[in-house]
Amino acid sequence: MSAEHRIATSSVRRSRRWSTAGRYLLLLLVAAISVGPILWELSTSLKSKAEDVYSQTPSLLPQHPTFDNFSEVARAVPIYHFAGNSVTVAAMQIVGNLLGATAAGYALAKLKFRGRKLIFGLFLSTLVLPAEATIISQFQTIVKLGLGDSLVGVALPGLIGAINVLLLRNAFMAIPEELDQAAIVDGANVWQRFRYIALPNVVGTLAIITILTFIGAWDDFLWPLLVLQSPDKLTLTVGLAYLQGTFVNDPRLVAAGAMIALIPILVIFAVLQRYFFRGVGEGAIKG
Amino acid sequence: MVRTHRWFTPWIMVLPALVILCVFALWPAVNTFFLSFTDVRTLSGGKIVGLANYRQLLDDPQLRSALLNTVVYVVVCVPLLTFLPLLIAILAEKPLRGLAIFRTIFYFPVIASAVAVAVIWKFLLDDRGLINGWAQHAGIIQDAVPFLSGRWLLLFSAISLTVWKGLGYYMVLYLSALGNVDPQLHEAAAVDGAGPIRRFWSVTVPGVRRTMVLVAILVMVSAMRIFTELYILGGKTGGVGGQDVSVVFLIQSSAAGADGRLGYASALSVLLFLITLPPMALLARFNRKVDE
Repeated sequence: MSAEHRIATSSVRRSRRWSTAGRYLLLLLVAAISVGPILWELSTSLKSKAEDVYSQTPSLLPQHPTFDNFSEVARAVPIYHFAGNSVTVAAMQIVGNLLGATAAGYALAKLKFRGRKLIFGLFLSTLVLPAEATIISQFQTIVKLGLGDSLVGVALPGLIGAINVLLLRNAFMAIPEELDQAAIVDGANVWQRFRYIALPNVVGTLAIITILTFIGAWDDFLWPLLVLQSPDKLTLTVGLAYLQGTFVNDPRLVAAGAMIALIPILVIFAVLQRYFFRGVGEGAIKG
Repeated sequence: MVRTHRWFTPWIMVLPALVILCVFALWPAVNTFFLSFTDVRTLSGGKIVGLANYRQLLDDPQLRSALLNTVVYVVVCVPLLTFLPLLIAILAEKPLRGLAIFRTIFYFPVIASAVAVAVIWKFLLDDRGLINGWAQHAGIIQDAVPFLSGRWLLLFSAISLTVWKGLGYYMVLYLSALGNVDPQLHEAAAVDGAGPIRRFWSVTVPGVRRTMVLVAILVMVSAMRIFTELYILGGKTGGVGGQDVSVVFLIQSSAAGADGRLGYASALSVLLFLITLPPMALLARFNRKVDE
């Protein structure tokens, strides 16, 4: 190996090491931008009354960390009750989607029947409608059904999502036809094939739909804002908007409220992120 | 194929989903159009009033602000959210120890509730908040910058929140696209002496061009549907002068209350549909091509 070559290789190696260090620095910078504001709010929620949260030289770490704000915010508004309402809506929608979207997705993917193409087209067609363009009519329907100002009214339009039906249809389509044929030869009826052959093959998709539905219900704002009025029925996001918009002037309490809305969802996401990234990649391109 | 099920079995399976689809998606799409020609309210009315709601749209000064804001939102968000997430995806693409943790962290703002992060933004941008406090302490500014009360400043504060919240989402779309770019192209370009910037423009960008178009359309549509950022940062009134509003904001504010004007809100909904139709149609065509 010539000396010249050796110098070239070592300089490549050195520049590679530098570029790794540079990448870490840039990644840390983006990470700081991503969580910085959330950490600042977390710190504020843990600061005691004695500490000035508006000080011009603020400290990220609370001087005397306290959980007082998390109990005091519940005296201002029933924030934990709101969180319970959000969980209730999410639970209804998760059950509805797991049952309804799974059944419909299976029929559209694996069963031959007259009108199948038309129904598939109907599900597909609604994807071009922005959700906000139809909420007024949805709201009118919910009121006419006597479900205005109720959690069932909040949950009902999202009980079986068209996108979930389509995602599951795709997942069922990916199961090889031979598996079904073999089961038919063995005398399995349609419900047995659904239960024992199809379902075990779409567990990943079901997990993704569960996570996405939970996040969607937990974070949703415009629709529950329109449907709900009674202070005891608000979901967490509507309750949080109410908390910060009306009478609470202490930023520590508002910060505690924001953390109650953020921490559960971020923890769930961090634990399940492996399933999640796969799902988002697929869902976004298709939807 | 032999039919192995009774004729009604598929219908039993499809029916619940189909009912929800008809009642809460297909019917509202048609009904919104009908309602826009009536004076229906939440609890009363329903008389046909012809084009009165649409005539009122033309005279609504708040709608004019909303449409102008939508244009600004699209013009600012589309380039920022098309390029920044691509740069972040390039950083987060090649294997590196701890990368999964970074990706998860970058996605936190996407998962976070828009209301909760808007509350955080409000605290940071307050006249006495972290940003003003720090800038005053450092002597960069004398008086607090009115991020939450200036007509345009409030809009740009909302845009900054939308961009921050969107980075991780579009990064994920780019990650899978970058995985399909042939690494040999990069090596060949590097051997030919192309630096990182040159390679970005002549290898990476052409390789992910389709995804960039997809992302640009998605950003455009979501910028047209903006609501929560403005509602939390500017309050129910839409900023101090009521000008920091969006079309969805006006849909909500005219339909809200004990006896909301659903007819007028429906006319606004039809307008929203028409605005988003061109990018949505492009998206549908785009998806069909991807499927083929």
